[in-house]
Amino acid sequence: MLAYILRRILASIPVMIVVALFIFLLLRLTPGDPAAIIAGDMATPAQLAEIRRNLGLDQPLLTQFVTWSGQLLTGDFGQSLISRTPVLTLIGQRLEPTLSLAIVSMIMTLILSIPMGVLAAWRHRSLTDSAVMAISVLGFSIPIFVTGYILIQVFAIDLKLFPVQGFTSISEGIGPFLQRIFLPALALATIYIALIARMTRAAMLNVLGEDYIRTARAKGLSERIVLFRHALRNAAVPILTVIGTGFALMISGVVVTESVFNVPGLGRLTVDAILARDYPVIQALILLTSGIYVAVNLLIDVSYAFMDPRIRY
Amino acid sequence: MAGDTRNGTPQAAPDGAPAHTLVISDLVVETRGREPRRILDGVSLHVAPGETVCLVGESGSGKSVSSLATMGLLPKDALTVRSGVIEVEGEDVLSASPKRLRQLRATRMSMIFQEPMTALNPVLSIEKQLDEVLDAHSAATGTERRKRIRDILELVRLPDIERMCRSFPHQLSGGQRQRVMIAMALILEPKLLIADEPTTALDVTTQKAILELVADIQKRLGTSVLFITHDMGVVADIADRVYVMRHGRIVEDGPIGSILREPKKDYTRDLLASVPALSPRPARPATSAEIVLQTSQLTMVYGRPSFFRKGEGTVAAKDIDLVLKRGRTLGIVGESGSGKSTVARCVMRLLDPTGGSIRLRNREIADVSRRALRPHRKRMQMIFQDPNRSLNPRLTVGESIIEGPINYGVDPDSARNKARSLLETVGLPADAIDRHPHQFSGGQRQRIAIARALALEPDLLVADEAVSALDVSVQAQVLDLLDDLQARLGVALLFITHDLRVAAQICDEVAVMQKGRIVECGPTGEVLGNPAEAYTRQLIDAAPGRFWDFPNFRPLAGAHEPSRQDVMVEPAR
Repeated sequence: MLAYILRRILASIPVMIVVALFIFLLLRLTPGDPAAIIAGDMATPAQLAEIRRNLGLDQPLLTQFVTWSGQLLTGDFGQSLISRTPVLTLIGQRLEPTLSLAIVSMIMTLILSIPMGVLAAWRHRSLTDSAVMAISVLGFSIPIFVTGYILIQVFAIDLKLFPVQGFTSISEGIGPFLQRIFLPALALATIYIALIARMTRAAMLNVLGEDYIRTARAKGLSERIVLFRHALRNAAVPILTVIGTGFALMISGVVVTESVFNVPGLGRLTVDAILARDYPVIQALILLTSGIYVAVNLLIDVSYAFMDPRIRY
Repeated sequence: MAGDTRNGTPQAAPDGAPAHTLVISDLVVETRGREPRRILDGVSLHVAPGETVCLVGESGSGKSVSSLATMGLLPKDALTVRSGVIEVEGEDVLSASPKRLRQLRATRMSMIFQEPMTALNPVLSIEKQLDEVLDAHSAATGTERRKRIRDILELVRLPDIERMCRSFPHQLSGGQRQRVMIAMALILEPKLLIADEPTTALDVTTQKAILELVADIQKRLGTSVLFITHDMGVVADIADRVYVMRHGRIVEDGPIGSILREPKKDYTRDLLASVPALSPRPARPATSAEIVLQTSQLTMVYGRPSFFRKGEGTVAAKDIDLVLKRGRTLGIVGESGSGKSTVARCVMRLLDPTGGSIRLRNREIADVSRRALRPHRKRMQMIFQDPNRSLNPRLTVGESIIEGPINYGVDPDSARNKARSLLETVGLPADAIDRHPHQFSGGQRQRIAIARALALEPDLLVADEAVSALDVSVQAQVLDLLDDLQARLGVALLFITHDLRVAAQICDEVAVMQKGRIVECGPTGEVLGNPAEAYTRQLIDAAPGRFWDFPNFRPLAGAHEPSRQDVMVEPAR
């Protein structure tokens, strides 16, 4: 098991290198010049060249890449081209809102989607099943910003149950924190809930046809135990897989949600950095999210072994 | 326990206790939907305390539906009970509430199933799966429960009980899993045990042990057993009384002795007459000296040590020497895991053998490349066990049959004409060519699979358990067909089977495999008639119903081994 984890971590190194190279080149190849943005509309060509030289942007691409990756290896992510703040400081400041949003959103997803999927499979072809499938299709098809604005209109403006936007740190008390994060987390969770409820239903339908479910019923066990102990654990592997791959949805959802609800998190930082062509910040953010994606999926692969004793690494 | 016994039920004995453990009367089960189809049409049967009743019939006759209805386990969205009564110890189970039904399961009535591989939950430990029965139905404390689990595992004679408790199903053998199933079913000592083909998926030796175990526990606990099977051999060995089912009705019933000796209905007679005899058929004269297949020192090792893998690897087949001549049938028999299928797959080069030689019509094919193998592929064809899965459901029968010839350059029109005549050869109408596999029965599908294999005019047919999934009457027809085709086409047949009865009836020579090696090989009459090796003897002894001559409705001459036959002429208890 440990050897497997170690091997997987080693295998993710080339992945990260490819990601780093890819972002670096992609950014340099997109039109837009950070020096021009910093200098403003009235800058002379000489001023622009001066700024470029200061930022190291006049060096050949290869030199720039080697410098950047060399710094990365020492843990130095560079500093923002615009604000001259170290990138890590910028990210650190914005980490809490995003992390809170992702975690609360994930908890909501699991609490809602898995029972929904189990119920739909148990009551296959019933009204409940159709309702769950309908919610799931809606959740998929409505973009996050639409869901977000509808939630704001209904729950914040009309019913006045929640604040319209913004973020309150958890250090200011769990009540205010939850009150502010509820709507954005729900908006972010919808698509994920739709995906996982659907997957849970499909996986459960498969498993409920298995012989051992009949055995469990023949033993006189209650339906609750049959569904959750016998069926759900066997359906766990495909569900976990989707939780892992669907994590990419959440990362992209964060960017939109933070804009809609005006949450000062990494998503907003990403948008701002892209608009300003702030290369070091964009590079660091994409590397960070790729790293998280790889780590989440490694975690999920490892968790298979805990769900199914037949899987050994 | 007896609190729910109803007075006034017709079966109630004077003291108020029911005379029968299970009574099913006039049970009608239909499919759901607009046009309901009758699956059970007025089935009535009963099982007395301590009695073993066998319910026999071919697939689709309604045996399993009867048992599932008793347990209240009919698939709700597909089947529904239209009318009739089912009483377990006098209590009506059809009108019982879902809660009451759950209480009755495992305490009054239990069930064991056919596939011990799939009937246990793969992700829960054995102890957990036993414990939850106690947890659901009794107030026993943790210590008591642990003790009862260990007691019952000992009763079903499982070794190393502590390790067994911690194990998961995939770590046990098929026989061990079925013992766990039995332990699970009997841990609360129910009065009724329903066994639905519990030994069909097991080897004969394991089957014998499980049957003995069930009989032994039954004697100790006084359990009534309703045993569902299609195997008349098993019936002859264990039954007190027999019900014969067909098309959802009981055709005939009676004590085992009268069913085997004096079957009254034609269907029962046919069923018994289709049981292949265990005594080998007379040897056939050799027709040709041409050797079609010869293997020498054929060896297959899985997971051989490599740069990434330490250890010895698993030897699936070692030093296999076989010779098969034109027009002859060579059987490979043995238990599961003995390596018979591995040999078949190596011969077909579906697996790449790790050593030895395979000569097909005197050409070496063991180590030639995939490309060089291509011309040889059409010389050998395979028939698989399960015709439901070996035919592509999306292709028409014709498309499946002509695919091979077209690959080898035959033009489509003549391939289709050939396919039509092949379908007639295997006993199907020529218009079957445009239909899909799901429109045929299991036996017909196996005929299609045979036609497909013959389309390339092979010299060698490899049949891997080709009749094992078929009912006995269909099995007999397919065996006749293979025999007939062989006489006409002179094809050599390598016939893999675990069923000694089938081997005795179709093979000219037989090789007995155990643990990847051939322990005995020779003419069928000698190997099965007068085995030299203890292992072969053991296999033959384990064959169910070996003292009974089914087609002639009498015990085999010279059979004097003490068995149920001696008991069963007496009236049932």
